[in-house]
Amino acid sequence: MSKLGAKSIQRRGWWLAHRWLALRRFSQLSILLLFLLGPWAGIHLIKGNLSSSLLFDTIPMTDPMLFLQMLAAGFWGVTGAAITGATIILVFYMLVGGRVFCSWVCPVNLVTDFAFWLRRKLDFKGGLVFPRATRYWLLGMVMLVAAVTGTLAYELINPVSLLHRGLFFGMGAGWILIIGLLMFDLAVSKRGWCSHLCPMGAFYALVSPFSLIRVHADTRSACDDCGECFVVCPEPQILPPVLKGENNGIPPIVLDGTCTNCGRCIDICHVGIFEFGLRSRKILSDETAKPHHPVNQSPI
Amino acid sequence: MSHTEPDTTDTKKPTSQSRRRFLSDMAKTACSVSLVGLAIGVHSKSANSLPAAAIRPPGALPEKEFLSACTRCGICVQDCPWDILKLAAPGDDVALGTPYFTARDAPCEMCEDIPCIPNCPTGALNHALTDINEARMGLAVLIDQETCIAFHGLRCEICFNVCPIRGEAISLDYRHDERSGKHAKFIPIVHSDACTGCGLCERACIMEEASIRVLPIKLAKGQLGQHYRLGWEQKEGAGGSLVTPDVPHQYNLPEGVRYDLQGEGLIMEENEKNSPFSSNPLDTLNQGFLKGGDK
Repeated sequence: MSKLGAKSIQRRGWWLAHRWLALRRFSQLSILLLFLLGPWAGIHLIKGNLSSSLLFDTIPMTDPMLFLQMLAAGFWGVTGAAITGATIILVFYMLVGGRVFCSWVCPVNLVTDFAFWLRRKLDFKGGLVFPRATRYWLLGMVMLVAAVTGTLAYELINPVSLLHRGLFFGMGAGWILIIGLLMFDLAVSKRGWCSHLCPMGAFYALVSPFSLIRVHADTRSACDDCGECFVVCPEPQILPPVLKGENNGIPPIVLDGTCTNCGRCIDICHVGIFEFGLRSRKILSDETAKPHHPVNQSPI
Repeated sequence: MSHTEPDTTDTKKPTSQSRRRFLSDMAKTACSVSLVGLAIGVHSKSANSLPAAAIRPPGALPEKEFLSACTRCGICVQDCPWDILKLAAPGDDVALGTPYFTARDAPCEMCEDIPCIPNCPTGALNHALTDINEARMGLAVLIDQETCIAFHGLRCEICFNVCPIRGEAISLDYRHDERSGKHAKFIPIVHSDACTGCGLCERACIMEEASIRVLPIKLAKGQLGQHYRLGWEQKEGAGGSLVTPDVPHQYNLPEGVRYDLQGEGLIMEENEKNSPFSSNPLDTLNQGFLKGGDK
């Protein structure tokens, strides 16, 4: 068996085989850099962190899940920009795909992707497998705990906000938790945190149903069953129906809300089956000159 | 604990075995998740407690409410021109990610425009607070009178002098210094109706460990029982005694002399000329000294 992705590099060149991964890393790092400009260089383009922030001193942004926790905890008297901020973020992710947050923004993704990479390098196999629905249960639990304690209790341990906040405001002993998370994903459970447990991921998966940007697999009949997309996909359970569902009338679009729009499948597929598109229409094409199949009807 | 999450039942008609499997899987998940929730809940009890030395920024809602309102975004931290605020990092014993300052290290400088408040996205720092003198971050308490050098009769008064609302939040009370017998002690007195809890006094205190400290108001202030009434205040409000009428106290005094404390003691009636006492009652008392007592 050849090295993962080698066929794609060979056939489509390094850039096309890494394009979305590179852009994603660029997005993740430049968002971190944007926030870091304040504390490091005194350039305050954006203030705050992923929980709540203020862009150019005018545009408020607030994590909608945090906002919901606040309501669950019984704080209804918001007198600041949080309502506008949460709406802006919610609408944005509803349009681009909720879990775009997970793969393009969230700093923990850098940690868990590294754990996944290391896991493959070290050939660690097996481990705990959590039901993927666990995260929805955890999301419910987060809201319940907020309601019962009357505080944002989950924020005491939320590794996502902890890492992002820590980078700008001091990590303290927080590295222990982040290294623990790395170890967990590396040795205990494959893609355990981001793909099975994280309640934020669950929340963003739930706001995905209307997202406009989706992965298409219009040329799925060309699939040669190499299985590489299945290896790299953080939510591989969503791929088989899309790739093999032609006879069951399943449209060749990844409509599942858990898809993070990371685009790794697009990179890795040496046949070039996958591409980003609108819900009903292609907008980005891997190989621009390639003749298109007739546009598929999407459910919406 | 109960959960109402979207279940992931497949659409195919389940056999009784797969249904049982599904239900037991779900029960297992529910139990494990409840356990995690329980752990977080218990952890939050201790993790949400605020040590007395950690002071919230001006305008912070009451602590319990604050913990449900603060997004832990740190905009207040970045907006503070004096860089006094910190977000609690893991390992600090303040609720994770919430802003606080430590008066002894870096107290609130009481900016007039209170820049930490307006950008707070939720009002966890109350936007209604526009006059910094109305802030009540805590309350300064002269907590150790044994070490405070003012109580030793030494001149210090630095807490009085650095107070941003000098003379109002801390005043000086002059007391007789019994040790030297001829000096005054300049005793700082904190007034809770004016003190904002900024902590400038605590930082300025010259002691190795501050003798004056800002404490959470709840810790610093006593409170009279709700049912308790101060008689003289009630009497004044009502214009007279509300219980038994006042009986004038009978003193066995010579004729033409009466006693009234508010009127400053012994009072000679004007028209009495043949009093055995001088018109100034102190003359009688001072006689001992005038005769050359050796004190």
